[in-house]
Amino acid sequence: MQVLYFAWVRERIGVPREEVQTQAATVAELVEELKTREERYAAAFADISALRVALDQDLSEFTDSLEGVREVAFFPPMTGG
Amino acid sequence: MIRVQQDPFDPGAELNAFSAAVAGAGAVVSFSGLVRDVAGGLRAMEIEHYPGMTEKALAEIRDQAVARWALAEALVIHRHGRLEPGEVIMMVATAARHRADAFAAAEFLMDYLKSRAPFWKKEETGDGSDWVAARDADEDALKRW
Repeated sequence: MQVLYFAWVRERIGVPREEVQTQAATVAELVEELKTREERYAAAFADISALRVALDQDLSEFTDSLEGVREVAFFPPMTGG
Repeated sequence: MIRVQQDPFDPGAELNAFSAAVAGAGAVVSFSGLVRDVAGGLRAMEIEHYPGMTEKALAEIRDQAVARWALAEALVIHRHGRLEPGEVIMMVATAARHRADAFAAAEFLMDYLKSRAPFWKKEETGDGSDWVAARDADEDALKRW
Protein backbone atom coordinates (compact mmCIF):
# COMPACT_ATOMS: atom_id res chain seq x y z
CA MET A 1 0.00 0.00 0.00
CA GLN A 2 0.97 3.63 -0.36
CA VAL A 3 1.79 5.38 2.91
CA LEU A 4 1.75 9.18 2.90
CA TYR A 5 3.11 11.63 5.46
CA PHE A 6 2.29 15.31 5.87
CA ALA A 7 3.63 18.34 7.77
CA TRP A 8 6.05 17.51 10.61
CA VAL A 9 5.42 13.78 10.22
CA ARG A 10 6.77 14.07 6.66
CA GLU A 11 9.73 16.09 7.89
CA ARG A 12 10.63 13.57 10.62
CA ILE A 13 10.33 10.55 8.35
CA GLY A 14 12.06 12.32 5.49
CA VAL A 15 9.83 11.27 2.58
CA PRO A 16 6.34 12.40 1.50
CA ARG A 17 5.20 8.90 0.50
CA GLU A 18 6.42 5.34 0.12
CA GLU A 19 5.22 1.88 -0.87
CA VAL A 20 4.96 -0.38 2.18
CA GLN A 21 4.49 -4.16 2.09
CA THR A 22 2.77 -5.21 5.28
CA GLN A 23 0.65 -7.94 6.85
CA ALA A 24 -0.63 -5.51 9.52
CA ALA A 25 -4.37 -5.93 10.11
CA THR A 26 -4.98 -2.51 11.64
CA VAL A 27 -3.50 0.98 11.52
CA ALA A 28 -2.10 0.50 15.04
CA GLU A 29 -0.29 -2.67 13.92
CA LEU A 30 1.16 -0.85 10.92
CA VAL A 31 2.43 1.91 13.22
CA GLU A 32 4.11 -0.66 15.52
CA GLU A 33 5.70 -2.29 12.48
CA LEU A 34 7.03 1.01 11.12
CA LYS A 35 8.40 2.00 14.56
CA THR A 36 10.65 -1.06 14.63
CA ARG A 37 12.15 -0.19 11.24
CA GLU A 38 14.27 2.86 11.98
CA GLU A 39 14.70 5.57 14.57
CA ARG A 40 13.05 8.22 12.36
CA TYR A 41 9.78 6.23 12.37
CA ALA A 42 9.99 5.70 16.13
CA ALA A 43 10.45 9.48 16.53
CA ALA A 44 7.51 10.35 14.26
CA PHE A 45 5.16 7.83 15.89
CA ALA A 46 6.32 8.31 19.50
CA ASP A 47 2.97 9.78 20.54
CA ILE A 48 0.10 8.71 18.28
CA SER A 49 -2.37 10.78 20.30
CA ALA A 50 -0.71 13.74 18.50
CA LEU A 51 -1.43 12.17 15.10
CA ARG A 52 -4.37 11.61 12.81
CA VAL A 53 -4.81 8.94 10.14
CA ALA A 54 -6.75 8.81 6.88
CA LEU A 55 -7.59 5.57 5.04
CA ASP A 56 -8.21 6.04 1.32
CA GLN A 57 -8.61 9.76 2.02
CA ASP A 58 -11.21 9.42 4.79
CA LEU A 59 -10.36 10.43 8.35
CA SER A 60 -10.18 7.19 10.36
CA GLU A 61 -9.17 5.64 13.69
CA PHE A 62 -5.96 3.84 14.63
CA THR A 63 -8.06 0.80 15.58
CA ASP A 64 -9.54 0.58 12.05
CA SER A 65 -8.87 -2.37 9.75
CA LEU A 66 -6.51 -2.06 6.77
CA GLU A 67 -8.39 -4.65 4.75
CA GLY A 68 -8.75 -3.46 1.15
CA VAL A 69 -7.07 -0.13 1.94
CA ARG A 70 -4.75 1.23 -0.76
CA GLU A 71 -3.66 4.53 0.75
CA VAL A 72 -2.83 5.34 4.38
CA ALA A 73 -1.89 8.89 5.40
CA PHE A 74 -0.43 10.05 8.72
CA PHE A 75 -0.45 13.70 9.77
CA PRO A 76 -0.81 16.06 12.74
CA PRO A 77 -4.20 17.60 13.60
CA MET A 78 -5.29 19.80 10.72
CA THR A 79 -5.02 23.58 10.76
CA GLY A 80 -7.14 24.84 7.88
CA GLY A 81 -9.08 28.06 7.62
CA MET B 1 -18.52 25.13 -5.35
CA ILE B 2 -15.11 24.15 -4.05
CA ARG B 3 -11.79 25.50 -5.22
CA VAL B 4 -8.32 24.58 -3.95
CA GLN B 5 -5.60 26.61 -5.55
CA GLN B 6 -2.13 28.04 -5.20
CA ASP B 7 -2.90 31.29 -7.02
CA PRO B 8 -4.15 34.40 -5.21
CA PHE B 9 -7.80 35.37 -5.71
CA ASP B 10 -9.85 38.53 -5.23
CA PRO B 11 -12.46 37.85 -2.49
CA GLY B 12 -14.45 40.94 -3.51
CA ALA B 13 -14.77 39.80 -7.10
CA GLU B 14 -15.59 36.26 -5.97
CA LEU B 15 -18.31 37.58 -3.65
CA ASN B 16 -19.83 39.71 -6.41
CA ALA B 17 -19.92 36.75 -8.79
CA PHE B 18 -21.37 34.51 -6.08
CA SER B 19 -24.07 37.05 -5.18
CA ALA B 20 -25.02 37.53 -8.84
CA ALA B 21 -25.37 33.78 -9.30
CA VAL B 22 -27.73 33.42 -6.31
CA ALA B 23 -29.69 36.60 -6.87
CA GLY B 24 -33.02 35.09 -5.73
CA ALA B 25 -31.67 33.85 -2.39
CA GLY B 26 -32.14 36.97 -0.26
CA ALA B 27 -29.19 36.59 2.14
CA VAL B 28 -25.47 36.19 1.45
CA VAL B 29 -22.79 35.89 4.13
CA SER B 30 -19.06 35.72 3.43
CA PHE B 31 -15.91 35.29 5.47
CA SER B 32 -12.29 35.72 4.38
CA GLY B 33 -9.26 34.52 6.35
CA LEU B 34 -6.00 36.46 5.99
CA VAL B 35 -2.44 35.67 6.98
CA ARG B 36 -2.03 37.48 10.31
CA ASP B 37 1.24 38.77 11.68
CA VAL B 38 2.76 37.01 14.70
CA ALA B 39 5.18 38.06 17.44
CA GLY B 40 8.68 37.95 16.03
CA GLY B 41 7.50 39.15 12.65
CA LEU B 42 6.00 36.72 10.18
CA ARG B 43 7.87 36.46 6.89
CA ALA B 44 5.66 33.90 5.24
CA MET B 45 3.15 31.15 5.82
CA GLU B 46 3.53 27.85 4.03
CA ILE B 47 0.30 25.90 3.63
CA GLU B 48 0.60 22.20 2.88
CA HIS B 49 -2.39 20.07 1.92
CA TYR B 50 -3.35 16.55 0.89
CA PRO B 51 -4.36 16.72 -2.79
CA GLY B 52 -7.40 14.54 -3.38
CA MET B 53 -8.49 14.32 0.24
CA THR B 54 -8.67 18.11 0.50
CA GLU B 55 -11.20 18.41 -2.32
CA LYS B 56 -13.16 15.42 -1.00
CA ALA B 57 -13.29 16.74 2.59
CA LEU B 58 -14.27 20.25 1.51
CA ALA B 59 -17.01 18.93 -0.79
CA GLU B 60 -18.43 16.79 2.03
CA ILE B 61 -18.43 19.71 4.49
CA ARG B 62 -19.98 22.01 1.89
CA ASP B 63 -22.68 19.45 0.97
CA GLN B 64 -23.55 19.00 4.67
CA ALA B 65 -23.99 22.76 5.09
CA VAL B 66 -26.14 23.06 1.96
CA ALA B 67 -28.42 20.24 3.09
CA ARG B 68 -28.71 21.32 6.74
CA TRP B 69 -29.55 24.98 6.11
CA ALA B 70 -31.26 24.54 2.70
CA LEU B 71 -28.72 26.87 1.11
CA ALA B 72 -29.12 28.12 -2.43
CA GLU B 73 -25.33 27.73 -2.77
CA ALA B 74 -22.13 27.59 -0.74
CA LEU B 75 -18.64 28.50 -1.89
CA VAL B 76 -15.31 27.49 -0.39
CA ILE B 77 -11.99 28.70 -1.83
CA HIS B 78 -8.77 27.68 -0.02
CA ARG B 79 -5.20 28.38 -1.05
CA HIS B 80 -2.05 26.38 -0.46
CA GLY B 81 1.63 27.12 -0.99
CA ARG B 82 3.62 30.11 0.22
CA LEU B 83 1.68 33.20 1.37
CA GLU B 84 2.85 36.50 2.76
CA PRO B 85 1.32 38.47 5.69
CA GLY B 86 -1.95 40.12 4.68
CA GLU B 87 -2.66 37.73 1.83
CA VAL B 88 -6.08 36.08 1.63
CA ILE B 89 -5.83 32.39 2.60
CA MET B 90 -9.41 31.33 2.08
CA MET B 91 -13.02 32.42 1.88
CA VAL B 92 -16.44 30.94 2.36
CA ALA B 93 -19.74 32.34 1.14
CA THR B 94 -23.24 31.08 1.80
CA ALA B 95 -26.57 32.02 0.27
CA ALA B 96 -29.92 31.35 1.93
CA ARG B 97 -33.42 32.81 2.03
CA HIS B 98 -32.78 34.38 5.45
CA ARG B 99 -29.67 35.67 7.21
CA ALA B 100 -29.76 33.37 10.25
CA ASP B 101 -29.25 30.31 8.04
CA ALA B 102 -26.55 32.02 5.97
CA PHE B 103 -24.62 33.07 9.12
CA ALA B 104 -24.97 29.67 10.81
CA ALA B 105 -23.89 27.80 7.69
CA ALA B 106 -20.84 30.05 7.24
CA GLU B 107 -19.77 29.41 10.86
CA PHE B 108 -20.32 25.68 10.44
CA LEU B 109 -18.18 25.70 7.29
CA MET B 110 -15.39 27.58 9.07
CA ASP B 111 -15.46 25.36 12.16
CA TYR B 112 -15.33 22.19 10.10
CA LEU B 113 -12.73 23.24 7.60
CA LYS B 114 -10.41 24.38 10.41
CA SER B 115 -10.26 20.88 11.93
CA ARG B 116 -11.46 18.48 9.23
CA ALA B 117 -9.91 19.71 5.97
CA PRO B 118 -6.34 18.42 5.51
CA PHE B 119 -4.35 21.65 5.54
CA TRP B 120 -1.30 22.36 7.71
CA LYS B 121 0.22 25.78 8.26
CA LYS B 122 3.89 26.51 8.86
CA GLU B 123 4.96 29.97 10.00
CA GLU B 124 8.31 31.37 8.97
CA THR B 125 9.69 34.14 11.22
CA GLY B 126 13.14 35.64 11.79
CA ASP B 127 13.72 32.92 14.40
CA GLY B 128 13.09 30.04 12.03
CA SER B 129 9.96 28.16 11.05
CA ASP B 130 7.42 26.13 12.97
CA TRP B 131 4.20 24.23 12.33
CA VAL B 132 1.08 25.88 13.73
CA ALA B 133 -0.41 23.63 16.43
CA ALA B 134 -4.11 22.85 16.33
CA ARG B 135 -6.00 24.46 19.23
CA ASP B 136 -8.29 22.49 21.53
CA ALA B 137 -10.81 25.31 21.11
CA ASP B 138 -11.04 24.54 17.39
CA GLU B 139 -11.87 20.90 18.06
CA ASP B 140 -14.33 21.90 20.81
CA ALA B 141 -16.06 24.27 18.37
CA LEU B 142 -17.34 21.26 16.41
CA LYS B 143 -19.40 20.07 19.38
CA ARG B 144 -21.94 22.87 19.01
CA TRP B 145 -23.04 21.46 15.65
